Amino acid sequence: MTTLPLASQKTARIRFTLNGEEVDAWFAPYKTLLEVLREDLLHTGTKHGCELGECGACAVLLDGKPVLSCLVLALECAGRRVLTVEGLSADGTLHPLQDAFADLGAAQCGYCTPGILVTAKALLDRNPHPDRDQIREALSGNLCRCTGYLQIFEAVEAAIVKISEREKETH
Amino acid sequence: MSEQNEKSGPPAASSGSPGERFRVIGVPRRRVDGRAKVTGQTRFADDICLPRMAHCKLLRSPHPHARIRRMDVSRAMAHPGVYLVLTGKDLPVQYGILPVSQDEQALCLDHVRHVGDPVAAVVAREELTAFEALDLVDVDYEILPTISGPREALATPEPRLHEYGEQGNIHKLVALEFGDVEQGFAEADEIFEDTFFYQGNTHLPIEQHASVAIKDPDGKLTIWSSTQTPHYLHRALAKVLELPPAHIRVVATPNGGGFGGKSDPFHHEIVVAKAALLLDRPVKICLTREEVFYCHRGRHPVLMKFKTGVKKDGTITGLHLRTLIDGGAYGSYGVASTYYAGALQTTTYHIPRYRYEGCRTFTNKPPCGPKRGHGTPQPRFGQEVQLDKIAERLHVDPADLRLRIVQAPNTVTANFLRLGTVNLGECIRRVVEVSEWKSKFRKLPEGRGVGIACSAYLTGAGLPIYWNKMPHSGVQLKFDRGGGVSVFCGATEIGQGSDDVLAGIVAEVLGIDPFDVRLFTGDTDLGPVDLGSYSSRVTLMAGNAALQAAERGKALLAEAVALKLQVPKERLRFAGGRVCDSAAPDQGVSFADAICLAEARFGTIGTVGSYTPPKSPALYKGGGVGPSPTYSYSAAVVEVEVHPRTGWVQVRKVWIAHDVGRALNPTLARGQVEGSVYMGLGEALMEEQEFRRLPKRLSHALVHKFPSMLEYKSPTPLDMPEVVTELIEDPDPRGPFGAKEVGQGPLLPVMPAVANAVYDAVGVRIDEVPITPEKVMKALAEKRAGREPRFGPDHFPPVNWPEALRVPPPWEGGDGNAVNDVQRERPRAREEKVLAP
Repeated sequence: MTTLPLASQKTARIRFTLNGEEVDAWFAPYKTLLEVLREDLLHTGTKHGCELGECGACAVLLDGKPVLSCLVLALECAGRRVLTVEGLSADGTLHPLQDAFADLGAAQCGYCTPGILVTAKALLDRNPHPDRDQIREALSGNLCRCTGYLQIFEAVEAAIVKISEREKETH
Repeated sequence: MSEQNEKSGPPAASSGSPGERFRVIGVPRRRVDGRAKVTGQTRFADDICLPRMAHCKLLRSPHPHARIRRMDVSRAMAHPGVYLVLTGKDLPVQYGILPVSQDEQALCLDHVRHVGDPVAAVVAREELTAFEALDLVDVDYEILPTISGPREALATPEPRLHEYGEQGNIHKLVALEFGDVEQGFAEADEIFEDTFFYQGNTHLPIEQHASVAIKDPDGKLTIWSSTQTPHYLHRALAKVLELPPAHIRVVATPNGGGFGGKSDPFHHEIVVAKAALLLDRPVKICLTREEVFYCHRGRHPVLMKFKTGVKKDGTITGLHLRTLIDGGAYGSYGVASTYYAGALQTTTYHIPRYRYEGCRTFTNKPPCGPKRGHGTPQPRFGQEVQLDKIAERLHVDPADLRLRIVQAPNTVTANFLRLGTVNLGECIRRVVEVSEWKSKFRKLPEGRGVGIACSAYLTGAGLPIYWNKMPHSGVQLKFDRGGGVSVFCGATEIGQGSDDVLAGIVAEVLGIDPFDVRLFTGDTDLGPVDLGSYSSRVTLMAGNAALQAAERGKALLAEAVALKLQVPKERLRFAGGRVCDSAAPDQGVSFADAICLAEARFGTIGTVGSYTPPKSPALYKGGGVGPSPTYSYSAAVVEVEVHPRTGWVQVRKVWIAHDVGRALNPTLARGQVEGSVYMGLGEALMEEQEFRRLPKRLSHALVHKFPSMLEYKSPTPLDMPEVVTELIEDPDPRGPFGAKEVGQGPLLPVMPAVANAVYDAVGVRIDEVPITPEKVMKALAEKRAGREPRFGPDHFPPVNWPEALRVPPPWEGGDGNAVNDVQRERPRAREEKVLAP
């Protein structure tokens, strides 16, 4: 019989809020938030490009702030709020950032896109009207090899306009 | 091959006349796979997670060059949780992307040739267990001397890295002459001789390569993999696993960036396939970022010498180009790369006499291969920087000089490449205008400058990688009674939008919404062969195949609807999800009803289309590399600011015009141009795949300087300047709706335009990329000391070139054959013609 090595045993158990739902996660205690999201909770929307904190592909929001999930131990997340790309749309409607990214060529291969989308959302949550330089700065830790970034900046700017218009309508 | 043209049908049937209005083509719109990408639902290879799935890790050589004396896997095998350990003995069959370079093994049997060469594979229940067990594989290496670069390779014939190749550690020598170049130099008013060096760099896709293999319930093999070339992987798997191809299914998952780096069949793909078959359970591997650097297949480092003769008015009388190419440890696409380094020099400007000599050497570094622009950015850099020097000496504006010598459309070049539409002149005029070049060049304050450069690129390799007369791309369409159309095609989505090309073309022809089209692509079981996403071939080749299939389907529907409406079928219009009488638009049926009518009349409706490129007039040996149905053209102006105290080069703005034929989806076309500019700026200023020797007191071995994304510098959002993109649209009858390529060509002018701008800014020539601050500072110091204000190589080492194959150019009565090819009758000749990625 092959025994399960201790390191791989799912001895850690935490609860946290994932995209607005409480989840109960069992996992091997060495695992990063990235690994638990992808491997134990099968939320594969969050990607990885280095697992060393270099590329930004694995960004998620932890209590509303962007973090690199490859550098966060899952055990640190008990009781906290995690938002991934899967939680961006609501009631079957895409977030304005998602619409703008899809419409304006901001996602080519789409691999860096989830990390960039949540990072941009965090920016707009704290600063609803950033200028181009503030957008550049906020996304400076997210590498994209396809687009040359310009259509990403434009999509964020288009989403800002759309969100403003929507808020005006509701007021 | 005119019969092949006929077989392919009339690709130009719907290429559209000027002024014709399209509803899908040419309209900026959301790509069909856009929603999946922004919701994180695009399923990349590593996102696949299957029940009972085991995990694989590769043990890689820590030595750049060694013999394996002995290997013992018993301790790893005994490790709890380990299912299987594989070594070279389990996968002895050699493979490689090119028929002439079958020099790789899935796991090295007895010889490792670079740091990262895999020697064993461990498969375990958990990824961590597999990783731990790598340490338990005992390998006894006998260290061999290492070769760090081409000069050492020339000087060190023994020990050989491979038992094949030209001689010693020379992999490939090419010598071709099109007309008497010495005569060309004799007719010149000025001769220019310059040496350039282009450092190697790598693709750096954000997605690490990953693969999952399973033994199907019926005992066959399925592999999902981040590959750009599922068809070639299919062939390699069949060869190495010694299985009938019909028992292998390759599914290319959408690639998280490719850029050429996922175009070879890879060790890890073969290993997980073998393991899944042995274990009868799914096996996954995902490479670490460090391993991606070891897979490489990136830009070859190339030393170049250009000798160019010109008349006083700038007319080129002859060009002699020599290249010395650092191939790394394996063949990969290298034979093709060696030819490519000389093939496209003639496509931009008229060169009446041309001699090319290329030498690719083996070195103890990860193998180089095709990166965006494959083989051509390096010589284009040299050629375009040298033109800048020529223009200065002749006192001609460099934009005007280029306008004088641009190639004419529909010509055959000295090396027998048949050009299609050529709008290079318009590209130059456009960037000169929008950049306000005339008010900037040599007129900006010290420290600021502008540079211009041009380029051309293939719209698909004219020949396949292995010899065959079959189509390069095939499409099947299935028409559903509900009004949907399914597209089946081997084309591979690597982010460039190949799915959108197929959907857009089919939707335009049939008058439906692209979102009514369902796509089944990159799957060797489901769709007909498409050779893969390389050489900028998909839009033209898969696009023409889709166009033909859609036209054939439309003809069936039109016949049935015409009967129903009692109108001539020529009068029917397919638009807005309806088929109606163009003379009486309210007379019509829905598209779904049109399918039902056709199905009632003809039976189940399905059509096929295929595309085969026209035959090339280049009949000489080596003429298989370079031909393409047509070529794209680009011109770029770059404005820089150079800091005199630090040598830092800040790119302020880029203006680029690209002759795309027609932009099928302008949003995506612009994205390809800007992405190319971005990648070009990375190559120009910072990206380098560098190696260093460990200190003598250690092993003195050659190791990768920085196999990490942090240390391999690439441009971030903070580095990207504003880019003005001008798409020049002059539909080329060879492309679907007139489209030419846009994915690779726009990268090519960027690097020389940056170098030329640096010269305009501070008066120093950096004849080498990347143009780092250190190099700028050294050149500025030379300038201050009154020496030649330049940084770059000054010497091209002697190479024992073979006698050149002499091919008289068309204007000297040549027929495309060499006049002195004594090996012409050799049986290998036919195979060697087919080297064309």
